Amino acid sequence: MNDSARRHMLSAACILGFFVAWEIICVVFDISDIVLPKPSQILVTMWTRFPAIWPHAVQTLYTTMVGFAFGILFGVALGVLIGSSRLAYDAVYPLLVGFSSIPKVAVVPIFVLWFGAGTVPAVLTAMITCIFPIVVNVATGLAATEPELQDVMRTLRATKWEILWNIGLPRTMPYFFASLKVAASLAFVGAVISETVASNRGIGNLMMIASSSFDVPLVFAGLFILAALGVALYAGFSLIEGRVTGWAIRSENFAGGG
Amino acid sequence: MDESALLPAGNVIDLEKVRVTFGSARNKSQVTALAETSLRITHGEFVALVGPSGCGKSTILKLVAGTLTATEGNVFVAGREVDAETARIGMAFQNPTLLPWLNVRDNIMMPLKIVQPFKQEFARKRRTEYRDRVEESLARVGLAGFGDKFPWQLSGGMQQRASLCRALIHDPTLLLLDEPFGALDQFTREELWEIMQQLWIDKRPTVLLVTHDLKEATYLATRICVMQARPGRIVADSVVPFARPRTIDISFQPEFVSLTQRLRERIVAARVAQEAVS
Repeated sequence: MNDSARRHMLSAACILGFFVAWEIICVVFDISDIVLPKPSQILVTMWTRFPAIWPHAVQTLYTTMVGFAFGILFGVALGVLIGSSRLAYDAVYPLLVGFSSIPKVAVVPIFVLWFGAGTVPAVLTAMITCIFPIVVNVATGLAATEPELQDVMRTLRATKWEILWNIGLPRTMPYFFASLKVAASLAFVGAVISETVASNRGIGNLMMIASSSFDVPLVFAGLFILAALGVALYAGFSLIEGRVTGWAIRSENFAGGG
Repeated sequence: MDESALLPAGNVIDLEKVRVTFGSARNKSQVTALAETSLRITHGEFVALVGPSGCGKSTILKLVAGTLTATEGNVFVAGREVDAETARIGMAFQNPTLLPWLNVRDNIMMPLKIVQPFKQEFARKRRTEYRDRVEESLARVGLAGFGDKFPWQLSGGMQQRASLCRALIHDPTLLLLDEPFGALDQFTREELWEIMQQLWIDKRPTVLLVTHDLKEATYLATRICVMQARPGRIVADSVVPFARPRTIDISFQPEFVSLTQRLRERIVAARVAQEAVS
């Protein structure tokens, strides 16, 4: 316990140190607000302009979460398909790699053309940005399932669905959660890109407007909020991951709770 | 053995001129794992397959388990072609193969979740009747109170005991054992032999045991098939006459020793003949 407390202290000190160094560099070199605002100033901006920032933050969180939810839904479905069928692997995988190589910024105008500017393109962009790691990890997890474990079920004459449900999916959970932590931050990237290009709401839009009026502290305030949301989401999934896949790291907590 | 009269007639396992090859004939990489083999096992028999590595012992087991299909010939289990839902099969492997994300109790319960008729009532009975059933089987193999543990918290021997419980929990009519005692120490092994024999006497499943250990085969089996490698085939089939329940002590009796000695000579002769060929 003492050891882990020390680790937390050290980690907090490093984070704090980063911002302190930033502040000091800005003061020492007398850097202009327009180039790089001081962290203290960004915090003040966040505080004073909170009523203006708040609705944008909520909008971005909303589009990201909806896009992320769809990403998980379709990502898992596609991953299961690719991971359990040779044919699907051969047919869909190259398509998927090609698709994920396309810069998502280039896709936003198409979505806008189809659905108009606003929430829908942001949700869709968030979804397609975060889906790739989910698909790949779920497919890998399924493909890596030990044949001996499947044999246990096959001798019991289990159906394909029963094998998938009782062996494949639980075995894939550690891979799945690893991908979620990456995908969550990617979903934010997708949503913000879309808001920057075509929306009148959201953190992306806020930063766009702020930078065009040289309100650089507000731009940075937007970045800080995005980072905070991303960290919160990551932490949330880490917590769930620990509960669900503790067996993979042989955690004693998991054994006690399970 | 008058109970056997009550059981339905016919063979539990019937291999008819089965052949198994791996690889393709075209690029000469074809390996014959099992040459034309026929094997009949009737209800309540305890048959041991012994022989050197690569003689096709496990191949036969996989054919019966349905995880491998024969290249030629027919495999019947309980009078039907393998694949159809027929005999209730329990299987224990050389490795415990417990699922790491489930505790011991849920691991052992798995067959009850999959196999009829237990499956239908699984949701209702999993916390009552089935739970008691698991506890009972754990106690039987000396693992009472370990149901809440996870596999990695158990020693290798304990995991193997749990794996035996899983193989037996759904009262299988056909039990397939793929060297399940192979990786254990001498004393644990002998203890599990006794447990296994008692189970067989109580419930009389048909058992097919693959093993390297001639003492194990002679102690447990009613019938021993000796196999030879390259190509894999059955070269001898003998009945073990000793009365039940057998004890570890009888393994030091002259008749017991001479039987294992004969089996040993049979396998050694087969190996020599095989080396002369290759």
